[in-house]
Amino acid sequence: MRVVVDLTRCQGYAQCAFLAPEVFHMVGDEALMFDPAPDDSLRKQVLRAAAACPVQALQVDMSISPRREAPPAGTASPKTEELKRNGRIVIVGASLAGLRAAEMLRSEGFTGTLTMVGDEPHDPYDRPPLSKQVQTGWVTSADTALPRRCDVDAEWRLGTAATGLDRQRNVVQLADGAELEFDRVLISTGVRARPWPVAHEAELDGVFTLRTREDAAGLREKLMAKPRRVLVIGAGFTGSEMASVCVELGVPVTVAQSGPVPLYGALGAVIGRISAEIMRERGVDLRNDTRVTSLEGDGGRLRRAHLSDGTVLDVDVAVVALGGIRNVEWLQGSGLAVGEWGLACDTGCRAFDANALVTDDVFVAGDVARQRQPMFNYQYVTLEHWSNSVTQAEVAAHNMISAESDRWPHLAVPAFWSLQFGNNIKSVGAPPIADQIAVTQGSVADRRFIAAYGYHGRVVGAVSFNLGRRLDYYAGLIEQAAPFPLGPELTNSADDPSAVPAEFPERTFPGYDATVVVTGQDPSERRATLVHATLARRNR
Amino acid sequence: MSAPSIFDRVLDFANRADPYPLYRQLREQPVRREADGTFVVSTYREVQALLHDPRFSNDRRKLASEYAGKIPPDEASGGSFIRTDPPEHDRLRRIVTRQFGPPHRPTRIADLEPDLERIVTALIDGFADRHQVDIVADLAYPFPVAVICDLLGVPAEDEPRFREWVDPIVDSISQLTPDRVAKRDSATRDLGAYLNGLAEQRRRNPGPDMLSGLVTDDGPEGRLDDQQLISGLMLLLVAGHETTVNLIANGTLTLLRHPQWLERLRQDPESSIRVVEELLRYEPSVQFLPDRTCVADIEIAGMTVPKGAPLTLMLAAANRDPAHVRDPDVFDPDRDDNEHLGFGSATHYCFGAPLARLEAQIALTQIAQRLADLRLVEDPPPYRPSPVLRGPIHLPVTYDKVKPVEITG
Ligand SMILES: Cc1cc2nc3c(=O)[nH]c(=O)nc-3n(C[C@H](O)[C@H](O)[C@H](O)COP(=O)(O)OP(=O)(O)OC[C@H]3O[C@@H](n4cnc5c(N)ncnc54)[C@H](O)[C@@H]3O)c2cc1C
Repeated sequence: MRVVVDLTRCQGYAQCAFLAPEVFHMVGDEALMFDPAPDDSLRKQVLRAAAACPVQALQVDMSISPRREAPPAGTASPKTEELKRNGRIVIVGASLAGLRAAEMLRSEGFTGTLTMVGDEPHDPYDRPPLSKQVQTGWVTSADTALPRRCDVDAEWRLGTAATGLDRQRNVVQLADGAELEFDRVLISTGVRARPWPVAHEAELDGVFTLRTREDAAGLREKLMAKPRRVLVIGAGFTGSEMASVCVELGVPVTVAQSGPVPLYGALGAVIGRISAEIMRERGVDLRNDTRVTSLEGDGGRLRRAHLSDGTVLDVDVAVVALGGIRNVEWLQGSGLAVGEWGLACDTGCRAFDANALVTDDVFVAGDVARQRQPMFNYQYVTLEHWSNSVTQAEVAAHNMISAESDRWPHLAVPAFWSLQFGNNIKSVGAPPIADQIAVTQGSVADRRFIAAYGYHGRVVGAVSFNLGRRLDYYAGLIEQAAPFPLGPELTNSADDPSAVPAEFPERTFPGYDATVVVTGQDPSERRATLVHATLARRNR
Repeated sequence: MSAPSIFDRVLDFANRADPYPLYRQLREQPVRREADGTFVVSTYREVQALLHDPRFSNDRRKLASEYAGKIPPDEASGGSFIRTDPPEHDRLRRIVTRQFGPPHRPTRIADLEPDLERIVTALIDGFADRHQVDIVADLAYPFPVAVICDLLGVPAEDEPRFREWVDPIVDSISQLTPDRVAKRDSATRDLGAYLNGLAEQRRRNPGPDMLSGLVTDDGPEGRLDDQQLISGLMLLLVAGHETTVNLIANGTLTLLRHPQWLERLRQDPESSIRVVEELLRYEPSVQFLPDRTCVADIEIAGMTVPKGAPLTLMLAAANRDPAHVRDPDVFDPDRDDNEHLGFGSATHYCFGAPLARLEAQIALTQIAQRLADLRLVEDPPPYRPSPVLRGPIHLPVTYDKVKPVEITG
């Protein structure tokens, strides 16, 4: 049986943990950990848990889920009808966004041919557990396959990379030489981990990035072998989660990062300082404003790390958590608007070409999409968030097979979660565009609080520590562009509600490990460059 | 005197059997102001938004003075978390949850399943020499009472004593009259004294029950004080069975009105899971939440609810809001994404929800599977007085024979 929980929706009511305690665990008051591959003997408990979820965030295999509702009868034009019935759709990137798009296509009544191209050899699997329950050892990385909510009836080309997109002939080219013709293509090639920049150091045994199943399995094995110390390079979400895992496993850990505080790019320095305090309380050796200058090996195995503060650490494992690189190189020459910030698309997930003209048969979803956000002044925003991949995939799939008059805009308020040091951190909106922040509810000292982010006097984001159930309200404020700061009269008002500078890094390039990258069109910001220019610069 | 408002008609006992047409009328205007100043909210989006709004309050002390006087304070709920706002609410609730569920006691409720089956089996075995029973008196009431007594550590043989006290407390949840208030206050005093005595006993002689845990186990956030303990216990005892009685009785009634689902449940016990979930939407035990308020003016659906005004949230009306669910008046356990307000939402989401779900699933399954040729004696059945905790006061049914329990995996 396969299970996944949409932890963005989850509000920590714990109904699943009460009813299926072998499968769902509460961590602290509201964070949830789950086993993505529970034994079939737990079927009844899992069904109970799925039915009871007050926000319907549990997703289970079709074999045990209820009938899906029939697609509403369409009023499509003959052209769209034909596409829906006999069209050819290719999805490149067979992960979260790709799978969700495929499911959506079928549940909306698409009966044509569907091809899923993925360079990983695996069925689509879920990545968030790779830095959480997989590392603490509750589940194995092989058990993270995503549930299938309906039969996608696709031809799977797994273990095969797409190498090119020919828009003149509407063909996707594959590494094995094959060509796939399409009427519609979805690009969901996501992100890969940014490797340690010095190749021979990156190759040392014990040096890891964390993006794939293989990465996670290798890292877990090393953590089990009682390393003297783990060095985490970078303190974004993945780095912080890994530091938390080491603490939980009782492995000494140093976090070195070039920013002034953890989570700087994603949540700013005010929250980052709180996060630094939490790390230090829990025994993490946190070194801010510190770069790792080199990794040193012995017989091919990592032994030591040299830091810019002059220290040398004995370490057996290094986790390189420097964010991601968007998988767009294969689109070089496609004439699409791609660059290091991703593939640009309109609010309906349709790709732009290099001349900023919108295409009608190329769609984009997930971590690779750089989308114009009406909610944020139509700036381009790239989000590396689980729920964003899902909602974009659904919108893209719907729009691919719908008449122009029936298309959906992607207007979901961005949201993500992270679980570290027993704290459930959730966010809505786009904190990195903010200039101010104010704690609005709860108490920072108790680590139960919400802070709102403001930009030019409007609410643009919010973050909660262990008060996630109350974030919905803030999503509403963001949608309405409500005035910032908020009024003081709340039932759980903050100790000190004053607004202070949010202290984000300057937004001139995608910050390492930021999970929201604003690549906007404010005059102060440089514009996206085409992929070939960027690549040329990088390869120089 | 002006004509009764739609909400007045909801309160009118004459409409107890079927308030849903009135709810439909209510929803035509999502937020209404009643003559006494109360705001009645009946659409899903607005109810959900208020429940998640940090300016919304369950604390009666936040009512403006001109309203507070009309709603005399009660001890039964006054000090318990149901009538407290965060952060105090969260702290009290965590202390009680420590004895009830995850993260500290993760399997307490799931482990009860065999006991629940056993109690229902025994009660239905007792129907064997009859052809008619009252589902309320003979099953829907004694079952959850036995469970909550066992869980809390209240001797089951005291049931006749506390029943005398619980009824006036339940009757006073809405529509207060001086007579009801007087009865409630005296019942509350007596029940409080009784629970105090029990707590004393457990302090000296702790057992495995929740009460013993509450008076002996110090979590990181300490213990409840005496007043919090007694009002907390009252809440658990009263809410711990009153709502489940209605869920099981409303459930039996709904299944008898939808025989295809009764049949499905006979064939497939797993369908009880979805049946109960749909029941919580379709016939929720708690129909509305009266006497809430707000600590600042709230703009909602084009109205301004002023700070301190009484607010009533119509959960049962919101559950049938066609803007939220397709075909809301159809009982359809197969529906996708059944998000409902049967247990409320947000801060005060029902504490006992997991237990109530299990109890109802188990009771309804055995009713469907063991009582052959089940039939209603009268439809509609007679109802209890309360428009809030709404359900039949008696639910007579007939059957041909009682079948033995089938042992399923
Ligand atoms: C360790 C970890 C922890 C995370 N934790 C959280 C969390 O707590 N909360 C949260 O909101 N998000 C989290 N995320 C982010 C979340 O997992 C991503 O947002 C999500 O996986 C994005 O899905 P996607 O389908 O867009 O891209 P991806 O999952 O990156 O998938 C893209 C796929 O395309 C394949 N591909 C690339 N190029 C080609 C090509 N040329 N041809 C064929 N296939 C190709 C890739 O190999 C990959 O399989 C986490 C991610 C990681 C790695």
